[in-house]
Amino acid sequence: MNAYVKIKGLTRIFDVSKPWLNRLVERRSKAFLTAVSEVDLQIEERTTYALVGESGSGKSTIGRMLVGLLSPTKGEVEIEGVNLATETDVAKIASVRSNIQMIFQDPFASLNPRWRVRDIIVEPVASKGEDTNGLAERLLEQVGLHPGDAGKFPHEFSGGQRQRICIARALASNPRLIVCDEPTSALDVSVQAQVLNLMSDLKDDLGLTYLLITHDLTVVRHMADRIGVLYLGRLVEEADPKSLFETPKHPYTQMLLEAAPRMDGFGREVDPPQGEIPDPIDPPKGCAFHPRCPIATDICRQERPQSRRVGDALVACHLAE
Amino acid sequence: MSEPVLSVRDLSVEIPTRAGIVKPVDGVSYDISKGEILGVVGESGAGKSMAGNAVIGLLSPPAHISGGEIWLNGKRIDHLQGEAMRRLRGKDIGMVFQDPLTSLNPLLTIGDQLSETIQTHLPIGRREAEKRAIAALDEVGIPGAADRIDSYPHEFSGGMRQRVVIALALCAEPSLVIADEPTTALDVSVQAQIIALLRSLCRDRGTAVMLITHDMGVIAEAADRVAVMYAGRLAELDTVRDVLTRPQHPYTDGLMASTPLASQGQTRLHQIPGSMPRLTQMPDGCAFHPRCPYAQDKCRSAPHPTIDGGRAACWYPLLQEAAE
Amino acid sequence: MTDTPAPTPTVAKEKSRWQSFRESDFFYAFKRSPVAIISFTVVCILVLSAVCAPLIATTNPFDPASLNLMDGFTPPMEPNAFTGNSFILGTDDQGRDLYSTILYGMRISLFVGAAAVLLAMVIGITLGLLSGYFGGWTETIIMRVADVQLTFPSILVAMLIFGVAKGITPVEYRDQMAIWVLILAIGLSDWVQFARVVRGATLVERNKDYVAAARLIGRSPWAIMIKHILPNSLSPVLVIATISLALAIIAEATLSFLGVGAPPTQPSLGTLIRIGQGFLFSGEWWILFFPAGTLLALALSVNLLGDWLRDALNPRLR
Repeated sequence: MNAYVKIKGLTRIFDVSKPWLNRLVERRSKAFLTAVSEVDLQIEERTTYALVGESGSGKSTIGRMLVGLLSPTKGEVEIEGVNLATETDVAKIASVRSNIQMIFQDPFASLNPRWRVRDIIVEPVASKGEDTNGLAERLLEQVGLHPGDAGKFPHEFSGGQRQRICIARALASNPRLIVCDEPTSALDVSVQAQVLNLMSDLKDDLGLTYLLITHDLTVVRHMADRIGVLYLGRLVEEADPKSLFETPKHPYTQMLLEAAPRMDGFGREVDPPQGEIPDPIDPPKGCAFHPRCPIATDICRQERPQSRRVGDALVACHLAE
Repeated sequence: MSEPVLSVRDLSVEIPTRAGIVKPVDGVSYDISKGEILGVVGESGAGKSMAGNAVIGLLSPPAHISGGEIWLNGKRIDHLQGEAMRRLRGKDIGMVFQDPLTSLNPLLTIGDQLSETIQTHLPIGRREAEKRAIAALDEVGIPGAADRIDSYPHEFSGGMRQRVVIALALCAEPSLVIADEPTTALDVSVQAQIIALLRSLCRDRGTAVMLITHDMGVIAEAADRVAVMYAGRLAELDTVRDVLTRPQHPYTDGLMASTPLASQGQTRLHQIPGSMPRLTQMPDGCAFHPRCPYAQDKCRSAPHPTIDGGRAACWYPLLQEAAE
Repeated sequence: MTDTPAPTPTVAKEKSRWQSFRESDFFYAFKRSPVAIISFTVVCILVLSAVCAPLIATTNPFDPASLNLMDGFTPPMEPNAFTGNSFILGTDDQGRDLYSTILYGMRISLFVGAAAVLLAMVIGITLGLLSGYFGGWTETIIMRVADVQLTFPSILVAMLIFGVAKGITPVEYRDQMAIWVLILAIGLSDWVQFARVVRGATLVERNKDYVAAARLIGRSPWAIMIKHILPNSLSPVLVIATISLALAIIAEATLSFLGVGAPPTQPSLGTLIRIGQGFLFSGEWWILFFPAGTLLALALSVNLLGDWLRDALNPRLR
């Protein structure tokens, strides 16, 4: 199958320097935050690709660059074969972009509290001047809500129901790819199950592709066809769920899996991970993980590892095998 | 058997609202012994935080304790007001909240905050308090404590801040610590560190801990016993291993089954149909019966079941055989 | 198909906005607050009286032909020594029935006050949205202009504008233009607080996910500002608007009192107060007392209403 999305060398740097007056007085230099650094990945059609990482890993930034809310500093994004950086036909870019939608993390902030649910859901279509008759009701039904609730306001719904409304809005323009940024992190366990099931069903019914961004490894194991692990903006490991969970190759992945609280881990006495995520403005030289890595050697401190194939996975580590 | 540190008996909290009186906590009872970690778990709206707030005396009016008793170290504390409650808080009860950014005063150095707390509750001088503050920071694993004593909260990372909050909670040597979602805002790796810290410190000092969270994984690793709450009522109370592996209450059973881990290899997760009832629209009888796959007539008609000597608040608990 | 959640009762038809309002927490709080009810009633009575002035006034005080100088200085409710006419609230120095003059004067005060606040709102909200949404140089320029304007007392700014306008209009139009210049002067001196509040609210809302969702759909910045951000910034604007209304009415009265506001042939409450002040100690207390009392009642109730609104709309108290 053709890759729906191809990302090469994607990089995003934020200028977080203090205002020039402060810099002048305090004699500071400009500060740059590298949120994403040289990420390569491909998303196949009708699959779920999961981006996993902790805070500062850059996963949300990648999602936003994919949908066009942020523009890349370097690197290219190719969607449906259209290279967004080099393509000159604006209409082509627009049509490719309109096939991608996004679901956000916070169900309370992602719906305009002053708009009725019906208007929220049909906005992607109404703003282009197309007919929206009955669309909201049909979509509400598709996501398992009552169509008669279309006239209500967001605050009349619970968190899980609001997330369903977000999904309905994302479906309004018949997208092919949906970027889901932590879709269930703010939801309770039982509600999470309902929303995840909905997402699976829709994927099967409508042939959707998902980019699932999350920090929850259990959700990833259940939903993903392919998983990319990010650390400090770099893709450190990429594999299918079976390989990743049974034989993780990168030391960071191993640490993450070990540290994640487990429901069968009663009274588990485990050495918690050492150290903390380094400052993205001043990342460590060489491999970003080396200060916390139990097997770091000299080369790790000096040279940034490239991604290479190890078994079934792609790993960015000098020592993995 | 020694007396429990905290004993909550039949606690109820009421809030008068426009739509009538609602009971976010209804007849909850649990004990915590010395050095034990009790996990209080439930989904949002279940009342677990509200019950914790009632124990500390931090209910914001018009919410108030409408029934039951709270005993701390053999003394009743639910009727204490104002000054008496304030002295209790901090000295006998330490608190760790979810967001370390708002728990710490951004304008004071952490050294000042620690010393202030220590001196408020222990009769020692400033120098001694400072030494104890440095020792406390050391104990929670802040590297270079003596130097960092004069830093401000914003100069620490999230995980470090939460360690400072734990140090603050423990510095007055309380007998009970209430931790309300202490790791929810933290990364997975930092979460593991904080849980390990909480466990070791409380074991060493014999402090009782009430760990309130919605994360079952944290409960599994950190707690000794667990209380499951649903719609303000206690659904199940027993050791962590028993409740999580062989739940007796259909709600706990459904909850455990709907976690992604339990659905290995299946395309769809198990779902509990419906949602937790609103406090203004509580069903008659058992609060869970509209969603329960095993509901019988008694569940609808009889007043809601309580734990009362058993393990689950259910007329027909699921009695499962031992795993092995 | 997915499992549908436990069925909620079917909504027969959706609630109209009026019905939603009547059932809302806001209306509930209103019904329970005596301050809100009283001040709202007072404001309504005063506004209605002003609007219906031609219907309920006994004379038209702005028509010089109907005035009789001999009626002047009549105390309230007593017949005039010369003409035998009696007036409920007495007459002023020119024989104008105070009751009617207050009604017509309130019209001017309310009209100028409301129009000035409206002008300030339009300018302030637009500039606030622009500076909050775009940031960068747009924000810097607008906010620095606002800062500079704030260093001048607003009455002085109003007088400055008034003076300039007076200088450039020919004499015969000055009286007619006085009202519009007043509105312009007070409005232009008042926009800054609206701009600041709306900028603050825009900065907060701009980062929320629903704005990101709208940008994703491809909506223009203008559509996002007006349709998404503005409705969510209106609560603080409403509070400031009511308090500004009270202040604008007082500002108009002050300017008229100082002689640079409403012309003497169409006195507003402020003008009446100025006239009355001269006669206070010679015994004709009613010329000052009733207009001042009306101004007090109007400004106070609008102010109290605004105060209550601020607490009622405070999201943290909800």
